[in-house]
Amino acid sequence: MSDAEVVSESDPFAGTSDLDRKRTIGRIFVGLCAASALVGIVALVVLIADVLYQSWGWVTWEFLTYPPSQFAESYLPGGRGAGIYPALVGSIFLIALTALFTIVLGVGAAVYLEEYASEGRLTAFIEANIANLAGVPSIVYGLLGLAIFVRAMQLGSSLLAGALTLTLLILPIVIVASQEAIRAVPDSQRHAAYGVGATDWEVIRDVVLPSALPGIMTGTILSLSRAIGETAPLIMVGAATSMFVPPDSPLGPFAAMPMQIFDWATMPDATFQHVAAAGIVVLLTVLLAMNATAVYIRHRFETEL
Amino acid sequence: MTAADLTRDASGIDGAKQRAIRGIFFACAFLSVLTTLGIVVVLLEGSVDFFRDVSFVAFLTGTEWSPLIEPREYGVLPLVWGTLVITVGSAMIAIPVGTATAIYLSEYAEPRVRSTIKPILEILAGIPTIVYGFFALSFITPQLQRFLPYDIGTFNAAAGAIVVGIMIIPMVSSLSEDAMHAVPDDLREAAYGLGATRFEVSTGVVLPASLSGILASYVLALSRAIGETMAVTLAAGMAPQFTTSPFEPIQTMTAYMVQVGISDVSIGSVGYQSLFAVGMTLFVMTLGMNLCSLWIRSRYREEYR
Repeated sequence: MSDAEVVSESDPFAGTSDLDRKRTIGRIFVGLCAASALVGIVALVVLIADVLYQSWGWVTWEFLTYPPSQFAESYLPGGRGAGIYPALVGSIFLIALTALFTIVLGVGAAVYLEEYASEGRLTAFIEANIANLAGVPSIVYGLLGLAIFVRAMQLGSSLLAGALTLTLLILPIVIVASQEAIRAVPDSQRHAAYGVGATDWEVIRDVVLPSALPGIMTGTILSLSRAIGETAPLIMVGAATSMFVPPDSPLGPFAAMPMQIFDWATMPDATFQHVAAAGIVVLLTVLLAMNATAVYIRHRFETEL
Repeated sequence: MTAADLTRDASGIDGAKQRAIRGIFFACAFLSVLTTLGIVVVLLEGSVDFFRDVSFVAFLTGTEWSPLIEPREYGVLPLVWGTLVITVGSAMIAIPVGTATAIYLSEYAEPRVRSTIKPILEILAGIPTIVYGFFALSFITPQLQRFLPYDIGTFNAAAGAIVVGIMIIPMVSSLSEDAMHAVPDDLREAAYGLGATRFEVSTGVVLPASLSGILASYVLALSRAIGETMAVTLAAGMAPQFTTSPFEPIQTMTAYMVQVGISDVSIGSVGYQSLFAVGMTLFVMTLGMNLCSLWIRSRYREEYR
């Protein structure tokens, strides 16, 4: 910029060629930036195309309804039938249980921080702590789950231990999302309720939570869609890599889709690449359905309010 | 709140119940503090057990890592090296691409383009890491093998770094864009008024003004790369070694933890305890970077108040 000033001081019309040069630089720069913005998009398209290509013909009805097998041929159409069924059901149970815990704990924490807590040191500490927890690698949560839930609480490598671990993992995100939703409820509504004699609890139960619910649900579902793809914590907790039946109790062993995909992807037989790809298609479909639900809820209730 | 206090004082109805409810909500919020405490205690306890058998100095300075097979060696440096290779490699991709994307979205893109690209990048951020690992194995490594005149194995550091780089692009771009967006338009208009070109405004005004926010996004993204588990395990392999060649397999700290997780290491053995020592190293590194990022951002917030 200092160059431009010097030029304009000496002779305002001398800088034309300089301006041309600048225009060229500018154009190259925009080109580079736009190309960079495309990198992410291209990567996404290639990734999805690769998964679809690899899985083409391998996602069959049998794949959804049969337990896994050691033999790649079993997965082929016309084979004995093998698939992702126990892991699919396991993942759904796991997420359902996680959802139950996260909603209760996450909304509870958010309500405390937004409705009860005063602007003190303790609140600031809790909020800073939540921000930090969001940055802890998921595998470290796995170690926490292994030491606390699997061993100290004697839950073993059970569905419950897995769900509790995932709950701690996504809780920070759910709390922050719920806080935002609660903050968006206008104070006038709270004051009106207090004015007619409502207690804190009544205000929360009858005023704040009902209007914050869509935002809370959206945030929770989005976090759960992160949880359903998490593999590392489940490995540490000791989730089974190949289960032939879906989990029958919260205290029983379980398989989950990402673990099963990991197992297939690490098989030495290259044919299992296709099986892993088919598993990814199922996982991404469930994920997409969850995200679509979240977007739908957000859209539906945003227009109503 | 004052209205509520008045009501409660005047009527005195179910004060105990209100206090109990408040206590429950507080417990939910306090759980996050307990989680942090739990992580620290679990990691410390396991590490203490580990360092009873292995000297602290040997752990931090040893250059051989082989805790599961004889001859046993417990030098963590090869794992730290593996993690560094992945982190630096992914930064070389994500930082330029992410920053340029952010500049494009914040300074050049029309609103319609922006509202198309941003959700796509969000999808990229929402894809499970196991899927990225599969992508590295089934697409990136074969492409590297096809186009580069080197002897590239199935597992190699380059594929891991590339895939983690792609994974953290959205983090860099979205946080950097937020920072650029927060730069007041007055600054841009002042520069335009002085005759600056759009390129000069972007690089000479907006970038420096949002530098701390951008740096914070880098640190956060790198911390994510350090903690990244499944993609690097699948892509870069499980061979703890010092190598400067990006086409050799390596092992990161997280990949080692997965290796122990999927093997039958007996509880209480040194191999099992090493999980916690490595986990502690990982936790300290990411926590340090997250705090660093928070610190950079808190400085930045004061600037434009």
